[in-house]
Amino acid sequence: MEEKKTLDERQKWYWRKNIRFILGLLVVWAVVAYGGAILFAEPLSNIQFFGVSFSFWIAQQGSILVFFILILTYAIRMDRLDKEYAQLLKEDKEG
Amino acid sequence: MSVEAITITLVVITFIIYTAIGWWSRVRDTSSFYVAGQNIPAVANGAAIAADWMSAASFISMAGLVAFLGYDGTIYLMGWTGGYVLLALLLAPYLRKFGKFTVPDFIGDRFYSSSARTVAAIATIFISLTYISGQMRGVGIVFSRYLQVDIVIGVLIGMAIVGFFALLGGMKGVTWTQAIQYFVIIIAFLIPAFAISAQLTGNPIPQLSFIGSDIVERLSQIQIDLGMTEYMEPFTNLSMLNVFMMTLALMAGTAGLPHVIVRFYTVKSVRAARWSAVWAIIFIGLLYLTAPAVGAFAKYNLIDTIADQPLEEVQNIDWVNKWETTGLLEFNDENGDGVINYTSGDDNEVMIDGDIIVLSTPEVANLAPFIIALVAAGGLAAALSTASGLLITMTSAVSHDIYYRIFNKNASEAQRLRVGRITLFVALLVAAYVGINPPGFAGEVVALAFGLGAASLFPVILLGIFDKRMNKEGAIAGILTGLIFTLFMIGTILSESIFGTDGPLIESFFGINAQGVGVVGMLLNFIVSFIVSRMTAEPPKEIQELIENVRAPEIDEDIK
Repeated sequence: MEEKKTLDERQKWYWRKNIRFILGLLVVWAVVAYGGAILFAEPLSNIQFFGVSFSFWIAQQGSILVFFILILTYAIRMDRLDKEYAQLLKEDKEG
Repeated sequence: MSVEAITITLVVITFIIYTAIGWWSRVRDTSSFYVAGQNIPAVANGAAIAADWMSAASFISMAGLVAFLGYDGTIYLMGWTGGYVLLALLLAPYLRKFGKFTVPDFIGDRFYSSSARTVAAIATIFISLTYISGQMRGVGIVFSRYLQVDIVIGVLIGMAIVGFFALLGGMKGVTWTQAIQYFVIIIAFLIPAFAISAQLTGNPIPQLSFIGSDIVERLSQIQIDLGMTEYMEPFTNLSMLNVFMMTLALMAGTAGLPHVIVRFYTVKSVRAARWSAVWAIIFIGLLYLTAPAVGAFAKYNLIDTIADQPLEEVQNIDWVNKWETTGLLEFNDENGDGVINYTSGDDNEVMIDGDIIVLSTPEVANLAPFIIALVAAGGLAAALSTASGLLITMTSAVSHDIYYRIFNKNASEAQRLRVGRITLFVALLVAAYVGINPPGFAGEVVALAFGLGAASLFPVILLGIFDKRMNKEGAIAGILTGLIFTLFMIGTILSESIFGTDGPLIESFFGINAQGVGVVGMLLNFIVSFIVSRMTAEPPKEIQELIENVRAPEIDEDIK
């Protein structure tokens, strides 16, 4: 395949979608890690979560599970976006 | 057989396995040269990334740091996993698409400048050197405990072994060794955790019993009874500001670590880079979800064994005795009552180096000698896999990025190799020196490396991908500002242990400590590079096309 010099419409669409995914996931990342475990640690420490406080659980285990889900979600969504993009290219070719 | 004999035997066996695998994959890789890792399955690559990533700091130090920091130990737990989100979303896919071999390569080409390449190479060397010192310390502790030698001798033995493995492995063919090392690391970490969890809570799954039982509650209570801070209470050891800053420094630094970024160049496609990241976080997460449980269990057992016990009785316990000879555990019966006072106040009579927590855990819990040996082998695997990755990264920064690309473009393969070997040797000596005279625990030394990474490499790689207008002037000014500021701040805040001054030259940077100050360096880097780039010419046309190309989708065969 010949390398394109600048991004065409399809590629721009793909890049914009990618950026939107990333931003959405990073918002969750920041809210859980810096909100739940640090900035709101004190109010959340009054809520019981099994044998520990809720903020303690987020700080020591919950956040790690969320990070895993974020990375997994990104990989799955980008696979889907790749498929959509390939489909669009095919349609373009068929005209 | 004594614990020491079993340990040495097991360690020797695992070393033989690593050597054999390194040799086997090395022979096979010479035929496929640079495409070496590119047909390695995403799972194996994920395990290799995890082994590269999880160092002596993760294995030996972290649970101990968490045990002493309580809630605030989250800086390490979140910091070393959350950065992975940044790496997987913001850097890895694009660096893979760019397809070069080292981080200075990316920076040098993207910013079309050999000065940028040099600055990036220097940052790489500083980061790797700081990081490797933490590994040497970890290796030294294991050897000093199980060979019953002084920690200095332990570090020197570790230095020789790490050097041997780095020379043997080389850049190619370490992937399989690291994948195997991952399994040694994780088994060694999980087995004692299962056993202690069953012992203390009746539930053998430590990740679940950590919150499912009342163990943390009980620990909190006995800490209060002894006059220590409450385990579950946030910000008792560090201020909220420092927890925030240190977590952010570790996350951004994680994403900017050259030896981990390099791993993503060895997968076969952009899609494979994303899935390697998924596998790696699974493998890393397994240890990180266990570590807080190990920290709490270990602290509970330790207090239970020594606090308010007769000194003479405690000193007769075999593991106490052995750790005392390493100088990492000390008792000092100041009030002469023959009973150990273990508190956080002035009347405390116990000095425990946090680095011994994980290693001593199985002994404290009276587990079988084989498990004790396994933990030692796991700690060594963690230190070795990371140290060899770092040494190779550092060596390539000097011999490839600086010597070959800048000073001597006609250098022969043999000349580059010689420069590489000299670099390796010097790096080992420096690392050993810092390992013997560390400015903190292995985990803390490593944390400084992350601050440097966050302040120097992370911002310019990020801007290189997402800001098309970023040019060489901006990037160089940014890296230099971040690196110099952070080095200066670390040097002045930790001057006592680094330069031997009577006290720290300054206490902190507006309340931010040495490990968190990298975030300020990072912000300065972003600001300076943005302003400078907008005041100077935009990057040449071909560079703008290069960035467009990195952003363009690459559709994997599997997707079509």
